[in-house]
Amino acid sequence: MALLELRDLSVRFQTNDAEVLAVNDVNLTVEAGQTLGIVGESGSGKSQLSFAIMGLLARNGRASGSVMFDGQEILNAPPKVLNRIRAEQIAMIFQDPMTSLNPYMRVADQMAEVLVLHKGLSKRDAVAEAVRMLDAVRIPDAKGRIRLYPHEFSGGMRQRVMIAMALLCRPRLLIADEPTTALDVTVQAQIMQLLSDLQRDIGMAMMLITHDLGVVAGSCERVAVMYGGRIRETGPVGPIFAEPTLPYTQGLLDAIPRVDQDDEELRAIPGQPPNMSRPPSGCAFQPRCPYRRDICARIDPPLEGFAPGRARACHAPVAEVLARLTQAAPNPGQPAAHPDEFPPQPIPRGAVAGAGAAGTPSTTEGQ
Amino acid sequence: MSDLLNVRDLRVTFPIRREGALPWAKPQPLQAVAGVDFTLRPGETLGVVGESGCGKSTLARALIGLVPATGQAEWIDGRDLLAMTPRQMMAYRSDIQMVFQDPLASLNPRMTVGQIIAEPLTTHRPELGRVEVKERVRAMMDKVGLLPNQINRYPHEFSGGQCQRIGIARALIVQPRLIICDEPVSALDVSIQAQVINLLIRLQNELGLSLIFIAHDLSVVKHISNRVMVLYLGRVMEIASSEKLYGNPQHPYTQALLSAVPVPDPTVETAKTIVPLAGDLPSPMNPPSGCVFRTRCPRAQARCAAEVPELQGDDHGVACHFPGPLTEAEIAHARRHEAA
Repeated sequence: MALLELRDLSVRFQTNDAEVLAVNDVNLTVEAGQTLGIVGESGSGKSQLSFAIMGLLARNGRASGSVMFDGQEILNAPPKVLNRIRAEQIAMIFQDPMTSLNPYMRVADQMAEVLVLHKGLSKRDAVAEAVRMLDAVRIPDAKGRIRLYPHEFSGGMRQRVMIAMALLCRPRLLIADEPTTALDVTVQAQIMQLLSDLQRDIGMAMMLITHDLGVVAGSCERVAVMYGGRIRETGPVGPIFAEPTLPYTQGLLDAIPRVDQDDEELRAIPGQPPNMSRPPSGCAFQPRCPYRRDICARIDPPLEGFAPGRARACHAPVAEVLARLTQAAPNPGQPAAHPDEFPPQPIPRGAVAGAGAAGTPSTTEGQ
Repeated sequence: MSDLLNVRDLRVTFPIRREGALPWAKPQPLQAVAGVDFTLRPGETLGVVGESGCGKSTLARALIGLVPATGQAEWIDGRDLLAMTPRQMMAYRSDIQMVFQDPLASLNPRMTVGQIIAEPLTTHRPELGRVEVKERVRAMMDKVGLLPNQINRYPHEFSGGQCQRIGIARALIVQPRLIICDEPVSALDVSIQAQVINLLIRLQNELGLSLIFIAHDLSVVKHISNRVMVLYLGRVMEIASSEKLYGNPQHPYTQALLSAVPVPDPTVETAKTIVPLAGDLPSPMNPPSGCVFRTRCPRAQARCAAEVPELQGDDHGVACHFPGPLTEAEIAHARRHEAA
């Protein structure tokens, strides 16, 4: 049995002018001890997916479908049930440690609170355990620094505090939502190394949500690529990077400059990510896709397996997409110089951010 | 060919009141930029990289006079930009323009795109008529890939990538010779980043612009820059052509930085060795003696604490007493040190 199993998970936000389908029929499994990367750009629904699992959606958000954790349905479960599972079984770390830690509480107090609440330890034992965990995340002088407030730590150290806090109850699944995006590369490398060491020690599974394909390449076993609220490609990390069969994944890999190679010209993906309050008809990537065909605008392709452990949602045949890999010249249909042939769309960010969705600027298209 | 800009010993110092100090205590100096030298040739792109707090944004702000600085910044005509009064500087502002990190925050939300792009033109070229201004704005919008019928829209109606295009158009409308880009693509999605980078490169080639491109993403900097400068605590650690700096980095800090950059290729990424940096960035209020990097350097020796290393080398400058590629033994030693 998989540790975490999502079935037809959808997340909808009710906003003033439209219902936004932020996550659309996602099916995923995470096996015990495994690391799954979820890749997507802003507005692809990757964060809302994790919020739905943890029961943290904004008030105007509704999740449907099923989330089975260790055989137990936890989607929309009452807070009493969720509070037993959160922190003890599933923990989460967020992008910005400063806004996730309580600025009014000493690190000792907020870390001890977790253990007092979930494990019933005495305050003294809880603090001692918290110090051990801070040691484990390699914070120097943990005993002295646990008395400090979050703002007295540097960004990297704060992220370590948050990781230590998330791991206090030795969860079986860690959901990491862009854990290193706000950090410098050297610190990012330290944190990713730390996460993988701790993961091995505790034997937990990890769901790593990020937009950085480099981070995924370094630390994940499987990848799910999200676009427009749906998972459009999944598979083991090796083949996805070596032979992406989804036009979007291929486009992303072509658009990233690499530090270890001399790239001639970046092949940008024309246009911009879809506005999820007004998604394009058919496949969400269709307006930007170089492999577009008639059927794409009519029917959103389902996610279908095509090789062991791999699945994709695309109408273009695998062979056609792979053939482009060997072709050096940029696609003549979309010169990188003029990527704005497509009608502008209002900002999709607000629409999918969930919390502040009321003021979503989505009214100006087609004026 | 003479240099467009020749910067000598640029320093920016902020007075900082120490935490817990008495209100009348003298503020302590914080050197955000501590003696930076570089030159920029016409048509060239100089990349500036370094971790947060290394002074790269302060450097940019100092060059256009947004923060007071000492030292010299000699423009191609022989005038020192840092010695000018604001009134004298005005004439040079149209030559040096800036593109900022946050595309939406750097545009006035109450002005239309047309007004935003036209503003530098009406400021610096007041003799131009309204029709002429509008014509130039439309031409510039077309150049950066904005549709002319968007001229009356407001910034919030645009996505991040398009806002950055507006920012670029605003910088280009006065026909500058140098554009300072401070993290111009770091707020953008990967697929949009490439569009903006390609746009900058194309415009640079068309218009013969020089760029100072500041970013923390070393892959992006490599792609766009002719030469790259690595900063640490406000000092230049290494400066060289892009090929040399990325292909044959000499300074231990540059090597550590480069090894930490994630590469989107699982085979490369899982096989590589990362040079670990011990500890945290030292406080710029109280930088280490000698070489500022020595507290985290896997190769530091007694001499590093005693003597400040000079930036040496003509076309490949390195500020290190013991430059050269780190050996596996040194990296292994640094790893053990970090784990301890």
